[in-house]
Amino acid sequence: MQELIVILVDGLVFSSYLFMVAVGLTVIFGVMKILNVTHGSFYAFGAYMSATLIGAYYETDWPEFGGFLAIFAAALIVGVFFGIVLERGLLRFLYHRDEHIIVLATFAMFLVLEDVLLMIWGTDPYFAYQPMSLLGSVDIAEMTFATYNLTLIALAVVVGLGLWLGLTKTKWGKLLLAVIFDREVSQAMGINVTMVFLVTFIIGAIMGALGGAYIAPTISVSPGIGVEVIVLAFAVVVIGGMGSIPGAMIGALLVGISRAAAVHKFPEIELFVIYAIMALVLAIRPEGLFAPAQARKI
Amino acid sequence: MRYLDKTVVGLSIAFLVLLFADFFMAEWVRFMGLQSLARGAVALGLLVLWRTGLVSFGHALYFGIGAYAAAMLTLVGYHDAFFLVFAGTLASGILAYLLGFLLRRYRGIFFALLNMAFSMILYGVIVKTEELGSTDGFSVLAPTFLGYAPEGEAVQTTLFLFTLFFTYIVTVGVHLYLKTTLGGMSMAVRENEIRVEYLGYSAEKVIHVKYVFSGLVAGFGGAIMALAIGQVDPDSMANWNVSGEFVFITILSGIGNVAATFIGAFVFELIRTYAFEYAPLFWQLILGGSLLAIIMFLPNGIWSLVDRLRKSEG
Repeated sequence: MQELIVILVDGLVFSSYLFMVAVGLTVIFGVMKILNVTHGSFYAFGAYMSATLIGAYYETDWPEFGGFLAIFAAALIVGVFFGIVLERGLLRFLYHRDEHIIVLATFAMFLVLEDVLLMIWGTDPYFAYQPMSLLGSVDIAEMTFATYNLTLIALAVVVGLGLWLGLTKTKWGKLLLAVIFDREVSQAMGINVTMVFLVTFIIGAIMGALGGAYIAPTISVSPGIGVEVIVLAFAVVVIGGMGSIPGAMIGALLVGISRAAAVHKFPEIELFVIYAIMALVLAIRPEGLFAPAQARKI
Repeated sequence: MRYLDKTVVGLSIAFLVLLFADFFMAEWVRFMGLQSLARGAVALGLLVLWRTGLVSFGHALYFGIGAYAAAMLTLVGYHDAFFLVFAGTLASGILAYLLGFLLRRYRGIFFALLNMAFSMILYGVIVKTEELGSTDGFSVLAPTFLGYAPEGEAVQTTLFLFTLFFTYIVTVGVHLYLKTTLGGMSMAVRENEIRVEYLGYSAEKVIHVKYVFSGLVAGFGGAIMALAIGQVDPDSMANWNVSGEFVFITILSGIGNVAATFIGAFVFELIRTYAFEYAPLFWQLILGGSLLAIIMFLPNGIWSLVDRLRKSEG
């Protein structure tokens, strides 16, 4: 029973983490049809920026809880900066190209940014434990969990709900849905597609950076964290169906809980299980669980 | 013969020149050459797939299987290069044949990502297998060649001849295959699959054949790589960015001609080696930067330079 609770809580925490990094990727894919490998860089830059800002914040004698603001500030700075630079500076020249070429271009950019990261922050790891130790821990069924990790679940729920409401209930969201449905017709109807693309990309980038920024206090922020995260995010997004926000949520839950179970029950298959689920889901539902049906073109 | 195929002639000349040069090459050039041939072989498989409009982000799977199959056989006492490379190639080929039944139904980004999923499964298995050295991998002893057991530099010289010979045969074979009706179908499948079906061909069969072939050559490349470096490890043989590098080489070379893949692989190796040598902290930046430059300014790869030259002459 206790083990079950551990698996469930760990699984939920890990799922929330996965959802945070995957949701930006799926939003960008949904609107722009771009599989963005640089999402891993957004994550890594978010984590580094957050570690730096948190470090700087706790040098001052401002109120301790303000450290959380540093996390969100880091995500905003990184997301807006890279969102604008990459979309305006690179992607807009590639929209007419083959989808694989665009993936490769973002892969190239990912490689470049990996080294830019090293140039700025060097190879030494960074620690930003203060927000985590500030919240302490709670006991669930006689077991101790770090409260900070549990807040990740709340954050994922807020982000998910926010995006979903924004997409379905606001005017901006409706415009976005129109562009997702048919780019050319929406342009003909007077929607500023260039603007929609830019804003979407910035929002996606902020989400990726927020994932990294929020997780930074729980890990040692060191080179190479983006490499691992991007394939995980791919797996989640593909399982759920690319471009679908509920899909990203289900995908994250599926992957998160199975990995937590594997970690506790069969640690040997921990890495294996994620991609096995991905392969299995694709074998049964070739375009993921929540992918919209596509018309066959003759 | 009424008509000599220019590519076959070119490949044969290159083959003879390299064969001869092998005995005079500096050691590091030969080492780079070996790696280029190994990676070029994988890129050749990707070229064949790309002609059908399919890109795989997971061919490190077959590369890794080839490398590990060959390396594991050396652990149980087999050291003959012919046997090791054959076994590595065959193991990858069989896996590609089996997975092909599933993968031939997928197109576009899903084909790319399902391949990636399978390659990451292999990566996960290797990383978690302590017997295979986990993330450190293990080293591979120098191979023998049909009873001939070279020592020192002669190992690499012989391995180069061996690799060159097989690569030459495979490359000419691919070139001739692409000119047959089945090979020609690939462009048709890319342009419009449904019409291909109406003409009475099976698009899925075309893709399956190509997929098995790409698995075979990737396994060949992997086995060669294991013998050339004398070491196998998951991060440089089975991780997802290795697959990315293979696609990189294909883009660098362009899909216009089979010979281009090996030129592309060599250029890739040059960029990588020099970037690593002179800017060890920024080699990824240089690699990524050159890939971006190719995508932006040379969309059809290095081979388009050759085409351009021909046009300006003609």
